Amino acid sequence: MFRYIVRRLLQMVLTFFGATFLLYALVFANQKDPIQALVGERPVTESQRIALTQRYHLDEGFFMQYWYYMKGLLTGDFGTSLTGRKIVDMMADAWPVTLRLALIAIVIAATFSVTVGVYSALKRGGLFDNVSLVITLVLLAMPIVVIAPLFQLIFGIQLGWFPPTATRDATVWQLLLPAIVLACIVIAPEMRVTRTSVVENLRADYVRTARAKGLTRMRVIWVHVLRNSLIPVVTLIGVDLGGLMAGAIVTEHVFNIPGVGFNLARAIRTEDGPLVVGFVSILVILFLFINLLVDLLYAALDPRIRYE
Amino acid sequence: MDVLPGVDARAPLLEVNDLHVEFRTGYGVAKAVNGANFWLSPGETLAILGESGCGKSVTAQAIMGILDTPPGYVTQGQIRYRGVDLLKLPEDQRRKVRANKIAMIFQDALSALNPVYTVGFQLGELFRKHRGMSRADARKRAIDLLDQVKIPAAKVRVNDYPHQFSGGMRQRVMIAMALALDPEVLIADEPTTALDVTVQAQIMGLLADLQRQRNMGLILITHDMGVVADVADRISVMYAGKVVEEAPVYDIYARPAHPYTRALLESIPRLDMKGQQLSVIRGLPPALTDIPKGCAFNPRCAYARDACRQDPPPPAYQVSVQPHRTARCHFFREVLGE
Amino acid sequence: MSDLNTVTAAEAPGGQPNVPHGPVKKDKPRSLAGDAWADLRKRKIFWIAVVLVAVVLVMAAWPTLFTSADPGACALANQYKGATGGALFGFDYQGCDIYAKVIYGARNSITVGVLATLLAGVIGLIFGLSAGYFGGLVDAILSRFIDIMLGVPFLLAGIVLSNRLSSDPKSNGIFAVTLTLGLLSWTTGARVMRSAVISAKNQDYVAAARMLGSPPARLIFRHILPNSIASFIVLLTLLLGINIASEATLSFLGVGLKNGAISWGIMIADGTQFARTEPWPLVWPAIFLGATVLAFIMLGDAVRDAFDPKLR
Ligand SMILES: Nc1ncnc2c1ncn2[C@@H]1O[C@H](COP(=O)(O)OP(=O)(O)O)[C@@H](O)[C@H]1O
Ligand code: SF4
Ligand SMILES: [Mg+2]
Repeated sequence: MFRYIVRRLLQMVLTFFGATFLLYALVFANQKDPIQALVGERPVTESQRIALTQRYHLDEGFFMQYWYYMKGLLTGDFGTSLTGRKIVDMMADAWPVTLRLALIAIVIAATFSVTVGVYSALKRGGLFDNVSLVITLVLLAMPIVVIAPLFQLIFGIQLGWFPPTATRDATVWQLLLPAIVLACIVIAPEMRVTRTSVVENLRADYVRTARAKGLTRMRVIWVHVLRNSLIPVVTLIGVDLGGLMAGAIVTEHVFNIPGVGFNLARAIRTEDGPLVVGFVSILVILFLFINLLVDLLYAALDPRIRYE
Repeated sequence: MDVLPGVDARAPLLEVNDLHVEFRTGYGVAKAVNGANFWLSPGETLAILGESGCGKSVTAQAIMGILDTPPGYVTQGQIRYRGVDLLKLPEDQRRKVRANKIAMIFQDALSALNPVYTVGFQLGELFRKHRGMSRADARKRAIDLLDQVKIPAAKVRVNDYPHQFSGGMRQRVMIAMALALDPEVLIADEPTTALDVTVQAQIMGLLADLQRQRNMGLILITHDMGVVADVADRISVMYAGKVVEEAPVYDIYARPAHPYTRALLESIPRLDMKGQQLSVIRGLPPALTDIPKGCAFNPRCAYARDACRQDPPPPAYQVSVQPHRTARCHFFREVLGE
Repeated sequence: MSDLNTVTAAEAPGGQPNVPHGPVKKDKPRSLAGDAWADLRKRKIFWIAVVLVAVVLVMAAWPTLFTSADPGACALANQYKGATGGALFGFDYQGCDIYAKVIYGARNSITVGVLATLLAGVIGLIFGLSAGYFGGLVDAILSRFIDIMLGVPFLLAGIVLSNRLSSDPKSNGIFAVTLTLGLLSWTTGARVMRSAVISAKNQDYVAAARMLGSPPARLIFRHILPNSIASFIVLLTLLLGINIASEATLSFLGVGLKNGAISWGIMIADGTQFARTEPWPLVWPAIFLGATVLAFIMLGDAVRDAFDPKLR
């Protein structure tokens, strides 16, 4: 196990540097006037040019620039946004909001998809099962750019059930509708996997044994079937996190939530290079760690799995 | 467990009468069991023998009440435990019969045990749910049981998961689980088929010992005639969902009364026949969706004639003056050579 | 003793295969593809998807069949005017004919989607085949590279790359978006091909063919491709749906199509801004985009289910 974790960490380091390098290259390489790119539209004075050249090591090779940038990043120095704000401060504002949003979304998605998935599996072939299969198919296909504005329009503006936009403090109540939108992205696959895996496990030999032991139907399902069925669902939740993060860009944009996605979308439109690279680098790290955690969780849930 | 209403201590321990089971699938109705009859007394071993697919496991599942429904349904017959027809019991009482009165061992212990719980949990569960014991007490009983089935270092192994045991040890765990609540009937569905020969003998020996100690009725399901000769008292031979012959074990080996039994015996390789061509039953068992008219065995039977293709033989011809010897064949006298 | 135990009497030791004789279909045996088609033909969802896809494709190829209006001809005087004559869906904020714009939007969606998917298919096929076939170092490098690509969420990478590729202020962004999506979406295809090749390689007949000196290319085309191409095509159908959605998303965020190129994504973005006063400019393109993506996903899904009875 220990060796496995070490190996995974090494792979993660490689992935991290690979991904951030590609990103850094995309944002900063081959710019006509890198200094102008660093300050945006504003005019630059000669002394600013010298300072920036020094700060970003623009007189050295591209690899060295990346290297210095990474060194800063890994010591917590993310640099300054084109807006003049320290990127660290912006992150401190944005991350809690997005994490809250993602957490609510995951809880909604997991509750909903597991309940519906299990019930569908138990009543497979019935009306409920067929209706929920069609609904998941539609949910699976709907792009977030369709769901987010439509939900805002219907449930936020027309029906007025939820606040249609968030304010600076982004309360849980304000985040509820956007979280439902986000949950929609992951509900469909999670529900399908739950259903398939419960159906498969219901047919398993050990379920027959459990019944032969004279256990109640409830115990057979909740203790014997479910524990086995949820193993693949848990891994899926980890994979989905990437989708959630991407979805957050659109969702936060639509609902005006001052989170990571909102900042990123704006940073990209205003070509705020340092902000983009800083935020995305953190996202990549988060993403990698969550995947590792999920794999370890997988081993914890399924005793047959032993990582070497 | 509280006493089942209507239990009659003098009635036979287990009696299966005219049992019919069918599977209603998208491809048609498969008639897996078509009138099975047999009975079982305390301390006795009844072997149910037949080619794979002839409905042995389905019969066992019907007795346990663990058929997959849908698609499987019992359509006819009675299953009496001490005079009580289990098929008429409400689900809650039926459930309590399982493991308490009638327990079952499955063929493949690896898939029959839940992979994500320790064997201690799976054994202890029985005591906790049926006897209301605490976790700690249940654990002690689990260790006890593992000792009884001769698993070394039971105290340690109780915390292991099924995949950490060898095949033979796993089957011992299965046996321990079946015997936990001291059932009166044990159904063992091909308990040794998945095991090595040497381990097979050990497991059979263990089963026989435990049966003797507890004076349990044992139904041993197998497709292997070699296994039954040593341990069974009586044999029921099944073909296409029916019991075609029923006899004490010695009689069947000495004088089979049904052409199918006879063919089965002839296909057993024997040391004194080394080098000779084995006799094999020609043809295949019938599709259960499409069982031949008349006697189900007629397309493969060496004795078959027109009567066999028209009328099914009645449930049981009394074969001889001895009691408990029946065969489902119009021409059993010919087979017996009388 | 051991002889008695190992040979099982009833299981026909003469070597007669003991085939399962439970419920068997009475029809004559068919190929997997034949079975899958027979199964597909019976599915309502499949036919709905086929009709939807056909409509969208016709719309993309011959928009004039559906509307005679010019989607670019907008007059502020028409702002938010209701449905009139040819303008079935009314007019938007800038006084453009929503119906005409929505119809013409199909063309860019399909163009970008199809081209990007083809590009992704080619890259995935080449990378997947080589990783699976050569194994070893090639495989290791490629797998690591895919890991790296998957380390950044797809949409994020798409935004950055598309933004970078369309640095020319006058371009309409079609080329940039197509290239972006093609370059980013090949990984799943490559993985599928890779594992297909690996499992095919381990099959006896391929090993036999190789030992008999069959050249590698021949092996790939004769033995490996035909076995895995079905699942690959299903994957591409699904990917087409996803790429269409991604184009709309990038355009929605302002880093996709631009400078007057018509895109459902842009229409949705514009519509969202003024949805409080007038919801229809948002609703119509959203419905069209949703239905189009749904159609491709349903199609791919139905075909996959037909080929993989396990998932039913
Ligand atoms: N769950 C099921 N669904 C459909 N058919 C079944 C099922 N279980 C058993 N059958 C049918 O019942 C027949 C008898 O099966 P079984 O009793 O398992 O045979 P065996 O004598 O080898 O134990 C099988 O051939 C199969 O057609
Ligand atoms: S009844 Fe006829 S076909 Fe059936 S076993 Fe007897 S002789 Fe053979
Ligand atoms: Mg069986």
